Amino acid sequence: MKIPRVKMELLDSLTRQSNFDEVSCGFTLDQSKLEASRCLDCKNPRCVTACPVHIDIPLFIKQIISDDIDDAYFTLYKDNILPAICGRVCPQEKQCEGACIVGIKGESVAIGALERFLGDHALKNNVRLDDAIIENGFNVAVVGSGPAGLANAASMRRLGYGVTIYEALHEFGGVLKYGIPDFRLPKDIVEEEISRLKDMGIKFVKNVVIGKTITINQLFKEYGYKAIFLGSGAGLPSSLNLPGENYSGVYYANEFLTRVNLMKSRDFPHSPTPVRTGNNVAVVGGGNVAMDAARTAKRLGAKNVFILYRRDMSSLPARLDEIHHAIDEGIDFRLLLNPVEFIGEDYLLNRVKCEIMELGEEDSSGRRRPMPTGKFKFYDIDSCVISIGQKPNPILKDSTKDLVTDKWGRIVVEDFQTSIPGVFAGGDVVSGAATVILAMGAGKDASPYMDMYIKNNLK
Amino acid sequence: MYKILFKKVLNKDVDLMVIEAPLVAKNTEPGHFIILRVNEEGERIPLTIVDSDINSVTIIYQKLGYSTNLLGTLNVGDSIFDFVGPLGKAAHIREVKSIIGIAGGVGAAPLFPQLKEYKKRGVNVDLILGGRSKDYLLLIDEYKEFCDNIYYCTDDGSFGFKGFVTDLALDLYKTKTYDQSIAIGPLIMMKNVVLLNKKFNLPTDVSLNPIMIDGTGMCGNCRVTINGKTFFACVDGPDFPGEGVNFDELMTRQKYYKEEEHICNLELMKNEDS
Repeated sequence: MKIPRVKMELLDSLTRQSNFDEVSCGFTLDQSKLEASRCLDCKNPRCVTACPVHIDIPLFIKQIISDDIDDAYFTLYKDNILPAICGRVCPQEKQCEGACIVGIKGESVAIGALERFLGDHALKNNVRLDDAIIENGFNVAVVGSGPAGLANAASMRRLGYGVTIYEALHEFGGVLKYGIPDFRLPKDIVEEEISRLKDMGIKFVKNVVIGKTITINQLFKEYGYKAIFLGSGAGLPSSLNLPGENYSGVYYANEFLTRVNLMKSRDFPHSPTPVRTGNNVAVVGGGNVAMDAARTAKRLGAKNVFILYRRDMSSLPARLDEIHHAIDEGIDFRLLLNPVEFIGEDYLLNRVKCEIMELGEEDSSGRRRPMPTGKFKFYDIDSCVISIGQKPNPILKDSTKDLVTDKWGRIVVEDFQTSIPGVFAGGDVVSGAATVILAMGAGKDASPYMDMYIKNNLK
Repeated sequence: MYKILFKKVLNKDVDLMVIEAPLVAKNTEPGHFIILRVNEEGERIPLTIVDSDINSVTIIYQKLGYSTNLLGTLNVGDSIFDFVGPLGKAAHIREVKSIIGIAGGVGAAPLFPQLKEYKKRGVNVDLILGGRSKDYLLLIDEYKEFCDNIYYCTDDGSFGFKGFVTDLALDLYKTKTYDQSIAIGPLIMMKNVVLLNKKFNLPTDVSLNPIMIDGTGMCGNCRVTINGKTFFACVDGPDFPGEGVNFDELMTRQKYYKEEEHICNLELMKNEDS
């Protein structure tokens, strides 16, 4: 008999609307073993190819089955230094699980849930892979402590480099801290996985904005770094460019989520940074950030929270789990609607005007293009969160004369090397806003090129 | 942690602090600002860098809300939890022969490094220093060191001219002309100075202080509309030519969390009572 995919227990949807506790409860050991037993151990494991950091998935699954849980974690950790995080936030259905052969006729193996189980197991039981690091005496700098920077730092450290990570904010983790809410990724998990990198000997320096506090040039000349990795992410909100967009009550998702997550305004006034949603909240966009913003608004007490999205339900780019969780929590999806104007009084938002869209021909992304109909709908709202993507932060570009970027502000690289010798880049600052794991993959894959560059320069 | 090396009470609402922060000091230019957090839960507060030397940075803050009041409870030897900078674009120092600085209240602090820089470049520098009353005229001695003329005004007439900076400026423009002006103070003051100066074809730079969080261009909280286009005060400013600034919109944005600020202040009073 075929074993059905093990379902992960969830916090009930009513309770979670009033708190920020994690929604997905994770697998038990027995559940993990049962789920692992569904793997076919394919000769040509497509899941590994589909994983941006190429984790040996079949091996760790076999190790789970044979009860070698610590070893399974080591297998995972070798390729992914943040398994408890990635197990929670990766879009597995588009990566490993999307490629899983079991998924062709049935439901794919829950690889993400297994990854999370191993990550959590290691944190809970203090299981650690002892990276035997042989110091090579050279130092490198990493700019940004988000997924790309952390992955690069770990890889460079394992090659023997002294690594210092510079972070602009007052906490480490980048988008893992300011962007992704606790109900999806508890912050103690982020802290603990990052602390393992500190234990590897990576130095973490906060409150330093590279380009401002220390320039790239100063990093080379005054600090003597042999190479620099830029992983500063996509920290500039994309705007809709609509009339009324600067009215009070209109947030960019970055601001809204940073207030709640990094500045902990959900604990206001204990945390003195406030946030205000009002009762009726519109969230513009259909990606993970939009789901995060909508579900956050609900938890802050907003009565009616709805998504405004210009395509249909099947085109939502968010992780499937997040869409389902949002529906469970009473988030309303108002589809085929494109905001065209924010309306307010004395610069204070109170309405949004949306154009009704219909789907036309397929566009370059393979989705049917939303077409304007010339018909409009109005909604009374107290606040709106614009969640339509982020572009790279301009500070590095503005402060570094020779750093070449494209017209979207993304750093141009070839084999991770930027236009400045010794300066490498990867993650969202190169690709534009993408996923945690793609950024980690870039950070990791850049390390051999940095190593090669440094060694070639010694000759 | 960032040590407080010196503290001076300028009046009952305003203090000056010198903070040990050699990394911030190193690349500081006039117009730059810092963001600090008083403690582990603290709000991120943006403040203009008034002065700096090799080891330290001088800030001046008005105890308006919860967090600035909390900052005011710290003394020499205490430390500030987080302190990051220099942020923003350095002020655009223009090629002019004469300039009039117009400061309202604590606006005298951010104006100071800019006027000083103009003087360093040989520009003729006059200053209108305004405040609620005599106690609210800041940095008089420091300004006296380099300004060619200083004109004082107070709302209550307790020192200098009785009236607003715009009244005094209007008076002054009858006899004097300038190539450029910089106005820094409350939004309503900057708005009115820009309106007045326009009549005299006098260009006005302003320094904006909208609500900010990260200060690095990430959140967009500090956006401001200038000539119909959106700018982020933290990375595009905080200094802008004042003529196109939509001050009314900015005033609404500035007030958005007024109620919450009040709740916080009540908490502070409760804590002080207990």
